[in-house]
Amino acid sequence: MAKSEALVLDFWASPFAMRVKIALEEKGVEYETRHEDDLLGNKSELLLKSNPIHNKVPVLLHGDKPVCESLVILSYIDDEWPQPPFLPSSPYDRSVARFWADYVDKKLFEAGGEIWRAQGEATEAGKKELFEVLKNLEGTLGENDYFGGETFGFLDIVIIPLTSWFYAYECLGGFKIEEEFPKLSTWIKRCLQRQSVAKVLPEPVKLLEFVRMIRKMHGLE
Amino acid sequence: MAQENDIELLDFWVSPFGQRVRIALAEKGVDYEYKEQDLMNKSEFLLKSNPVYKQIPVLLHGGKPICQSLIIVEYIDEVWSDKPPLLPAEPYARANARFWADFTDKKVYECGTKLWKLKGEEQAAAKKEFIEIFKFLEGELGDKTFFGGETFGFIDVALVPFVAWFYAYETCAKFSIEEVCPKIVAWGKRCMERESVSKTLSDPDKVYEFVLFLKKRFGVE
Repeated sequence: MAKSEALVLDFWASPFAMRVKIALEEKGVEYETRHEDDLLGNKSELLLKSNPIHNKVPVLLHGDKPVCESLVILSYIDDEWPQPPFLPSSPYDRSVARFWADYVDKKLFEAGGEIWRAQGEATEAGKKELFEVLKNLEGTLGENDYFGGETFGFLDIVIIPLTSWFYAYECLGGFKIEEEFPKLSTWIKRCLQRQSVAKVLPEPVKLLEFVRMIRKMHGLE
Repeated sequence: MAQENDIELLDFWVSPFGQRVRIALAEKGVDYEYKEQDLMNKSEFLLKSNPVYKQIPVLLHGGKPICQSLIIVEYIDEVWSDKPPLLPAEPYARANARFWADFTDKKVYECGTKLWKLKGEEQAAAKKEFIEIFKFLEGELGDKTFFGGETFGFIDVALVPFVAWFYAYETCAKFSIEEVCPKIVAWGKRCMERESVSKTLSDPDKVYEFVLFLKKRFGVE
């Protein structure tokens, strides 16, 4: 018999999987994780069965029912366990949070990827794009403590895992986030003080090692 | 100056994304001002309302812009909650609706575009992908009346505008969607019995003319 009702199909470095784990922690839901050791070569039967369309982590299995795509999973967690709410209460504010979550999904990880998956000019282009994305996000944050305003919420959960990759981007791109984006840096430190975030996010140096390993595999180091 | 309850829609006649919003507004019986945009010469107002993507559709409610078609549809569903809902109430059903709407966003338009933009082997590969995408959708639809079951809902709104593009896709890539996905085509015809859909979708002949115009513009022959 399963100890807990929720199972996350996981990969330690996946910022998308981190979102799900943080969300469950925030709601106080007991969950287990099952790590996919070989996402490139040999995906587990359970993963392929639970996510036949995309074959990707994360997947949340609640009872037997699979939920796929991290933003869909976040909304599901918020619907299923309403307290404390992740999304603001007004429809307009909710649409703004969803807009920026979607923007982050379309732009942030991709821009970072251009930095570490390449060299020279391509890395420079990636850096420029990343800076534009972070500038937009800092604009949205404004003077607030969190993207959710006074409380840690949906958009904070969406973005914070991606920041664990920043150290890798900094080392490969030759810049410091703290110098370029001080407000964002402060927000990152504030979020890292939350138990859910501190527990879930891997150490940035481990992600740098991971990135270096992949670069080596592709002859970039 | 926009009044508190004024609703405007910045849109482009043939856009399936804009049509999702028009269908949702019609389903809810909402009055609004439609403002056709010249996408080759974007207005200041459009650029100001959607500075991040500079794209249609944009819904303005009391002057406040909401962007990204599925986010707009969810906003409409939340604001006009006194009318029949587009998203189901139950969390797992909601997650399922969001997942398939997101699938439509990630796959249909891009693959459809490849059908008219590419030739030869590349087009053949795109055709194979297109059929695979629609077979997945057909699997989800099954023998139901609509994707949500007996009632027209979120996934139907997300997908149905692309039905007007079937003729163009079929003609460019020389195949019959009805032959490979008869349930989808039958579903499309059922949706067209709804006034919100029949009054919104473009005439397939006009869509095809538009695609020919795009082919010329992109130098595809």
